[in-house]
Amino acid sequence: MLAVLAQAAEAFTKPVMDYGAIAPELVLVGTVILLALLDSWKLERARAAMPALAGIGLLVALIPLAVLAADGAPRVLLGGGYVVDSMALVLKALFIISAYVVVLLSTNYMAEGDYWESEYYTLLLSSVLGMAVMASSRDLIGIFVAFELLSIPSYMLGAWRKGDLRSNEAGLKYYLMGVFATAILLYGMSLAYGLGGSTNLEVIGERIASLGTDGVPVVALALLFVIVGFGFKVSAVPFHVWAPDTYEGAPTPVTAFLAVASKTAGFVALIQVTYFAFIVRPDVIEPAFFVLSAASMTVGNLIAIRQTNVIRLLAYSGIAQAGFMLAPFAVASANPEQSLQALVTYLVIYAAMNLGAFGAIIAITRRTRSAELEDLGGLFTYMPGLATVFTLFLASLIGIPPFGGWWAKFGIFASLVDADTGLGWALAVIMAVNTAIAAYYYLKVAKAMWFDDVPEGADTSPVSVPVSIGFALVVTVVATVLFGTLPQLINDATDFGLVAFGG
Amino acid sequence: MLLNQFLLLAAILFSIGVYGVIVRRNGVLVLMSIELILNSVNINLIAFSTYHGLGGQVFALFVIAVAAAEVGVGLAIVLLIYRNRRSVDVDALDELKG
Repeated sequence: MLAVLAQAAEAFTKPVMDYGAIAPELVLVGTVILLALLDSWKLERARAAMPALAGIGLLVALIPLAVLAADGAPRVLLGGGYVVDSMALVLKALFIISAYVVVLLSTNYMAEGDYWESEYYTLLLSSVLGMAVMASSRDLIGIFVAFELLSIPSYMLGAWRKGDLRSNEAGLKYYLMGVFATAILLYGMSLAYGLGGSTNLEVIGERIASLGTDGVPVVALALLFVIVGFGFKVSAVPFHVWAPDTYEGAPTPVTAFLAVASKTAGFVALIQVTYFAFIVRPDVIEPAFFVLSAASMTVGNLIAIRQTNVIRLLAYSGIAQAGFMLAPFAVASANPEQSLQALVTYLVIYAAMNLGAFGAIIAITRRTRSAELEDLGGLFTYMPGLATVFTLFLASLIGIPPFGGWWAKFGIFASLVDADTGLGWALAVIMAVNTAIAAYYYLKVAKAMWFDDVPEGADTSPVSVPVSIGFALVVTVVATVLFGTLPQLINDATDFGLVAFGG
Repeated sequence: MLLNQFLLLAAILFSIGVYGVIVRRNGVLVLMSIELILNSVNINLIAFSTYHGLGGQVFALFVIAVAAAEVGVGLAIVLLIYRNRRSVDVDALDELKG
């Protein structure tokens, strides 16, 4: 043992850090530290400045990101463990902009309720930092640390309303399921490390490929445990039980954050392990993803039909959407380039339309005080603007042109069909059926808003939307419509070519 | 080195941990079961690292540090629930429909 240590000590050379490549993360770190220090120095006096500072921090982080994108050349750090390429940049931009929209949605919500406000933004940005790191990690250790950095703050955010039992329960359920999934994920990672002989994903991929038919059960176990661990984060069936409860019990802006940014981060983690290592074993991963994907869309949709609360309905629809997003993984080996592009396209468009839907529901419940379907009856008569905007997002979630959702679904369909494998065709059929089921319950919400009667005793005086929520809605509406009418925009940004292992 | 024995020990610990998470109703004991799983991971990593170099040991150090942070948050949430309900029984949490 000592000999090994001595050998390693001699071989140690200080890694060269490319600080330009990690500048967006450094800006986020700086903002987190600034927010935490400001909170401890100024205490209550800092409350009002927190949302603005958090927003500015996120926007400043976009500047180095734009510079790196203009530069174009991929940067490789830490011996291949941390890669800043075009895919990482697109995903980082997605995380940071989503978080900015969440900050906009949170501003009034947090200021008006009896919340701990300063810490909220510190935790939110810590979580975003974890997501940004995740987008670049190509190493088991990096992925694990990024995963925990984004998860641990979100457990706390889930239980944010300290005195409210429902929020406590939301937080505990999320936490227990989360750490259990992380533990299983880690066990899978330890086996993958044992098989691959390294924590670097590319090395693991090469070693697993060279194993051939040796040790198939162990390989399958390692890969499945890792997939299960991340499957929890993306709320794939059967690891979804936390999602509806946590979404309903947590403060609504936090729910938007979990449903969009946190779920996207789970998919990014799956992209890293699948496309950079496990893609060499289609015999293990493709059936696994097929089952997860088909189960998620079907179960999510069937339960969503019965929901009477719009937030729970969005939670179950989010599970079904996760099923759509898991579909490209089932053809990852057969059609790597196209499935990856379809997946990242879906992630970007899903973020825009789902954040928009949550933003609209936050604005609506400021007046109705309830997200029950019956309380939204006749919304169009007294909140025509918000009802129209919410309907637009629902239409996009169904996949009606010209809104972004149709292009996202079309990309997935195309990648499944072009893969021309049995699993691909089967999944395409299941997806088509589920798209039709999903249309039913989305339209049910739209019908309640447009045609039902206003419930007795509802306050129907004109309502004003706060500036920050209004701005968030404008951003998401523009993004949703733009991606739907000019899909070329997003297509160019997500055309990574063969980034995957072996490319 | 006898790798098999270490892996077997880790697999047994892992199974006990999973059993504990599923069966136990007390929030604190669920946390302890999760710690068992994490320790089985550490045993695996360190056993493998005798063959593959120091990467596994570094990984194990990260697991230990992050698990401490995780359990800190978990105990805080369990404490919060104890304050509000005077109980840490996980199954008794049924405010939300599940």
